[in-house]
Amino acid sequence: MSEPTGVIHDIGYQRYTGPRLGRRNVFGALYLHGLRTVFGLGRTAKAKIFPWLVVGIVTLVAAGITAVRSQIGEVVMTYAQFADSMSWLVIFFVAVAAPELVSRDLRSGVLPLYFSRPLPRDDYPLAKLLALVTAIWLLLGGPQLVMFLGAAFTTDKGMRGVWDELLDLLPGLLYAGLWAAVFASIGLLVASLTGKRAFAAGGIVAVFLMTTPIVGTLSILPSRTINELAFLASPSTLVGGVGTWALGDLLVPEGRGGGVPIGGFGPVYGVAAVLLVAACVALLLLRYRKVAAR
Amino acid sequence: MGEPAKDQGRAGCRDEHPLPRLCSVTLIATESLTKTYGGRVTALADLTVSVEPGIIGLVGANGAGKSTLIKILLGLLPPTSGRVAVLGLDPITDPAAVRARVGYMPEHDALPPDLSAAELVTHLGRISGLPRTVARERASEALRHVGLYEERYRPVGGYSTGMKQRVKLAQALVHDPDLLLLDEPTNGLDPAGRDAMLALIHRIGTEFGISVLVCSHLLGEVERICDTLVAIDGGRLLRADRIAAMTSVTDVLAVEVSEGTDDLATRLAALDLPVAREGRLLLVPLADDATYDLILGAVAELDLPLHRLDQRRHRVAELFATREPSHV
Repeated sequence: MSEPTGVIHDIGYQRYTGPRLGRRNVFGALYLHGLRTVFGLGRTAKAKIFPWLVVGIVTLVAAGITAVRSQIGEVVMTYAQFADSMSWLVIFFVAVAAPELVSRDLRSGVLPLYFSRPLPRDDYPLAKLLALVTAIWLLLGGPQLVMFLGAAFTTDKGMRGVWDELLDLLPGLLYAGLWAAVFASIGLLVASLTGKRAFAAGGIVAVFLMTTPIVGTLSILPSRTINELAFLASPSTLVGGVGTWALGDLLVPEGRGGGVPIGGFGPVYGVAAVLLVAACVALLLLRYRKVAAR
Repeated sequence: MGEPAKDQGRAGCRDEHPLPRLCSVTLIATESLTKTYGGRVTALADLTVSVEPGIIGLVGANGAGKSTLIKILLGLLPPTSGRVAVLGLDPITDPAAVRARVGYMPEHDALPPDLSAAELVTHLGRISGLPRTVARERASEALRHVGLYEERYRPVGGYSTGMKQRVKLAQALVHDPDLLLLDEPTNGLDPAGRDAMLALIHRIGTEFGISVLVCSHLLGEVERICDTLVAIDGGRLLRADRIAAMTSVTDVLAVEVSEGTDDLATRLAALDLPVAREGRLLLVPLADDATYDLILGAVAELDLPLHRLDQRRHRVAELFATREPSHV
């Protein structure tokens, strides 16, 4: 730590008298830092591989769908169906991103450096959650935009066709937001329980995958009510159920056999999704109350 | 071991180098501060202490309640009872205001290994409310002040313990706090690293004009740089006072002559000075300025080559020796 003489001039310590920004700016800084972390920006090349691999795959799929559609002139996959079919990739994306956001900080012991600053205790988990929601939404929304642009430029119905396409895209983006909210809140809660990233990733995949067989079992029981409520048991099918109920025809045009057969239980799915997200967020905040006092 | 007298808990402001700011404001004040965990484990018991700006050493064995006190000062833990004020603010009711003006260096590892020091300190500066460009500037300034130059762009994971401690100090400094809380800053450092860290802390406390509270279980270490010492044990206050007040009555003069040490010892003893030998040194208790004259006179009379004559403080440890013999 020798100082090269003549190069660095010690001008002494400077006090800072300029502005100190408020809570909103600090929250914004933490949020942006989280969003960059998810995509490995400002980090090592190794941290960039997985997120960009997933981004690459979903974009390629979207481009492929768009190309096929422009060739055969028929909708291969709606925006919502695209989101549904990408669910596996989203699960793996969350399993890598959520531990990167919170488990790493738990393990390195950096949290006391955050909580000894004028950052309200709840802002840390909320900023991380918002960053993950945004990342998942971008992951699903970006390719949808590719599909939209492809369709808009190849439409043969002029501006009218572009407008119709836009009306299809918007519910798709809304549906992607639903995916993002549900998956981010569950994933971040699981990841916040452990400082070991491998455990966190395994836990997240387990939560999403282990619940799928339950849906399968419930949906073949000899009771129509149980069958129609079965999709509550897994986050992915829950999202599908809410989508079918709330956006219905906007997501999948009638006659295409899409959607989740939820019968008349739509509102139940809606309430369940809201409760699930609320419970996850509440538990996440509780978790960080405990962590902050350590 | 009775309760310390009330006035013992009040330590003075350094009068030889009065700080330009805050000197009239009490830096940290606690009143009957008590913290019990789960109603059984007592971390702090009826702690009443008040210190003025400067460099304050908080000493005590492991588990004496040092870290608990720091967490209460930061508003991270609510006390079970009692009151506390930091920079005149209440960390229980207004923790954000306290934390905006305080920098904290934790005891344990606190650095994500994959970020560079520059990135981490910049980011934490922004979390303290600094605008983006200011945060970047002040981060490199803070890292430069703690002695990290080109290495600040490398990931922290590859740093030595000494460099990591410096990064932890830099992040506590980045937002220009009025008070630094340092929890065992010399932990894990080799002797040279300890000296460098202590010199750095001393520089922050004197040249930068930032008050520092240094926690340590090593009394010998903090007494070298502090002007106020607070000793706690089992969550209770042992003593709080200025170092000068603790040591003034026990100052000694150390005399070293190149030859004729025995002659000088005999001569000084004849002058009714209680001389003690310590290796090649003669130790004479400093009564007043006349002691200097007597010694110099004796050396001149014997025509001995005087090598050294300086004032030496008794180690503060001796003041606590009877109270906490196990960890000094």
